[in-house]
Amino acid sequence: MQRELMNRAKELLIDETVVRVLGWKKGDLGYNHEPAYFDSPEELEENFVYDAFCGANLSKYMIEAGKQEGKTLVFLKPCDTYSFNQLLKEHRIKRENTYIIGVGCRGNLDIDKIKAAGIKGIESVDADGDMLKVKTVYGEKEMPFEEALLERCLACKGKTHMVYDELIGAGEKEEAGPKGNRFDRVSELESLSPEERFAFWRSELSKCIRCNACRNACPACSCLKCVFDSNQFDSNQKANADTFEEQMFHIIRAFHVAGRCTDCGECSRVCPQGIPLHLLNRKFIKDINTLYGEYQAGEDTDSLAPLTNYTFEDAEPGIVAERGRK
Amino acid sequence: MMYKIDQARLGELFAAIAEKKDLFLPVKKADQTDFALWTKEAEVDLDTLRTVKSPKDCFFPQSETLYNTSLEEGKLSIDAAALCDRDFVVFGMRACDVQAVKVLDNVFLADPVDTYYAARREHAVLVAGACHEPEETCFCKVFGIDAAAPAADVATWRVGEALYWKALTKKGEALSEVVKEHLTPAEESAVEEAQTQIRSIIDKLPYSHLKLDVFKETPMMELFDSDRWEEMYKPCLACGTCTFVCPTCQCYDIRDFKTKDGVQRYRCWDSCMYSDFTMMAHGNMRTSQMQRFRQRFMHKLVYYPDNYEGMFSCVGCGRCVSKCPAALNIVKVIKTMGGEG
Amino acid sequence: MGECTCATGTGNKKQDILIPMIGVITDIRTETPDVKTFRVVGRDGKKLFEHMPGQCAMVSVPGVGEAMFSITSSPTNTQFQEFSIKRCGVLTDCLHGMSPGDEVTVRGPYGNAFPVETALKGENLLFIAGGIGLAPLRSVINYVLDKRENYGTVEILYGSRSMEDLVQLKEIQEVWCKTEGVDVYLTIDREQEGWNGHVGFVPSYLKEIGFSTNKTVLVCGPPIMIKFVLSGLMEMGFKREQIYTTLELRMKCGIGKCGRCNIGSKYVCKDGPVFRFDEIDELPPEY
Repeated sequence: MQRELMNRAKELLIDETVVRVLGWKKGDLGYNHEPAYFDSPEELEENFVYDAFCGANLSKYMIEAGKQEGKTLVFLKPCDTYSFNQLLKEHRIKRENTYIIGVGCRGNLDIDKIKAAGIKGIESVDADGDMLKVKTVYGEKEMPFEEALLERCLACKGKTHMVYDELIGAGEKEEAGPKGNRFDRVSELESLSPEERFAFWRSELSKCIRCNACRNACPACSCLKCVFDSNQFDSNQKANADTFEEQMFHIIRAFHVAGRCTDCGECSRVCPQGIPLHLLNRKFIKDINTLYGEYQAGEDTDSLAPLTNYTFEDAEPGIVAERGRK
Repeated sequence: MMYKIDQARLGELFAAIAEKKDLFLPVKKADQTDFALWTKEAEVDLDTLRTVKSPKDCFFPQSETLYNTSLEEGKLSIDAAALCDRDFVVFGMRACDVQAVKVLDNVFLADPVDTYYAARREHAVLVAGACHEPEETCFCKVFGIDAAAPAADVATWRVGEALYWKALTKKGEALSEVVKEHLTPAEESAVEEAQTQIRSIIDKLPYSHLKLDVFKETPMMELFDSDRWEEMYKPCLACGTCTFVCPTCQCYDIRDFKTKDGVQRYRCWDSCMYSDFTMMAHGNMRTSQMQRFRQRFMHKLVYYPDNYEGMFSCVGCGRCVSKCPAALNIVKVIKTMGGEG
Repeated sequence: MGECTCATGTGNKKQDILIPMIGVITDIRTETPDVKTFRVVGRDGKKLFEHMPGQCAMVSVPGVGEAMFSITSSPTNTQFQEFSIKRCGVLTDCLHGMSPGDEVTVRGPYGNAFPVETALKGENLLFIAGGIGLAPLRSVINYVLDKRENYGTVEILYGSRSMEDLVQLKEIQEVWCKTEGVDVYLTIDREQEGWNGHVGFVPSYLKEIGFSTNKTVLVCGPPIMIKFVLSGLMEMGFKREQIYTTLELRMKCGIGKCGRCNIGSKYVCKDGPVFRFDEIDELPPEY
């Protein structure tokens, strides 16, 4: 599929449909591909890559790319299109400045899971089959593709693109659908006592180094200036003055993206400390589904979001107290 | 003098150290390994090659109080924070992290001395472990660091069932003395095979042959004005991950935290990648992420060496290589600027 | 590392250089609509520290902020230090709201100084300032006037937006203008009632006067003024080695460690703030 994508991108550059291509550039370790802009067919030929290590969601980059002169071609995986739609809905991206190629996806891999399986000194990874074949300085290793999937892929929203101009390699419906219920872990946490739950989050969030990777990678965090970057705010965006602050940062962020988070999982993917931040967002999604009816942010660009819309059927604020009593 | 201890008895060694001094070592917590204070319950993890955060925290914590101030009836009072006065051991450092402490020393121990840092350094004993299974992200060799013989107060090797222990400094010898009943004498040659093995693996690693000559030979302004920065910075998310996992980044901010009794003035790590790093009331000298990106790498590869006799402010630990959310890192910068080996 | 027990121990409280002194504001003069000059001494009523002209200090209101300000008083003043501060942010807003008797914290002095005892000694001096840029130069001017015999001719060219925006006008008129062998040239940007002096920007006035090149120039002001003054001086035949200025960048530590004011291999707080233009030419243009 990589060749097909590259050729199509070259055509679109040459016929001047687009002036730049936003895709992924081959990393030097076989798995560390970076988001990149390509301005010429030669650059594409030299560096363009598309494989199971293209986890980065390029939607957020479109905020900046969209401000530039001319159309940008962007490659979006099915789940990335939800983020793109949500940004469209929030008027952060101009649709007319974008040419979207929806790309097929069989799931993306988490290099940390591969390393956690004891595979070290990686020289290259062959991810074509059901078994990963990894060449390392310590010899050849194997592990099942399934077991190295990113957390987000374990709760795959399906293989259908929500927005695109054309599709390449997509529509492999037989692979569609989540493998487990994405709210299982949330339910598990809900079933804990408040003390146990607090201990869980204390332990997870105490690892936070306040690098802001979660915020800066999050497509829903598109504020021009984050409240945590304000010098009027009696807090700090780069260190926790106390343990309360490390919790506050993540909880406030989860509140800010509630109803807009598409559950793309970038926050957890980029966290250097492996904090399962997506669970905070999923808790909100689960509650929204329960209180306001099933809602998937980014599924379309015109529906009213549950938290920015009022209906007579809305839950009364008293529900908070009721649920808290449980 | 080479000693050894059965790895199965390391718990006793830790307990013996902890009886006399604070002991920091790699501890696994919620699935991640970082340096933390040893306790009997701590899940010590010596197998993980590299902690997420470097042991920099032990000397230069992510945030620390400098002093407290309070205002009463128009009168200010200042209460300075106490300096470290308790000996501590950082066990399980790597050769790269030890070198990183030297990089920090150059800055913090230069006149005027940073007394907070100096007190911690004075009370610290560094015990480092050889890297028996280096990874593809490692490139310490490029900076002349030998992962098979870490230059700490005490160097250790894990060979077979034993942990070999060798004091290299007076501080190290003093620590050996403290734990001597747990150590038995061993042959120097016991670790030689392991060392050869380590060095041969390191030679095979993909980044081990990067060249840094371009940064030594090219005039500063030529590097600064290179077109390549514009190409490189674009995926950068402007987060602080690279800075905060880096063992040599030493920039800090000084901020106020209002407590119920007054104001706590503390310092915390800062990142030149953040847009407010150089923001002043009347403007900002680095307004684009390209400029901020360039500053970080120019500082590590050009400015710092210019001030410290050619020593680079990078030790090849590979943390930024494995942690950058956009897969950018100093290796890509070195290669792009012409350091492909 | 909240769990580190050593830092919370009973260790001594040796004064780190980052720990400030307490300064008492004894006088506040309103210079212009947005500049006030603060006179500061220690609690004992004495000068906080000795400094050299061009050096700076960190002044802070705890809970509000801390920033670097140049010391505007001359080292020859044995009683106190003065800071002329323009209101332009959170901290300076707060300082402008203070009254004599209020306390601030002060640490310093930081940075290098104008080489008044070395390179500048015996030289003819030309001071060129714009607006609040007079603040660091005032320290040198008064130092030079107090040690008049050590220097050649002294000429001062100073301009501001308007008459009201001329900082230290009283001192300029009553002291500088009346000192023998000192030529003062004042200018304001636009015509104004009650102003009989020169009207026009500093760089154009500079060319009108046409100074000879047998002197060393000390210039400070807004970047745009510095840029045109510099090209004016070049046209007049001055060399970059003859011209000094002082840079202003964001600073936190003041001692060359926190990294904020790093440009090229220099730390402006430690290696500056005073630089000669030929030195600045070797730095990346990030100031």
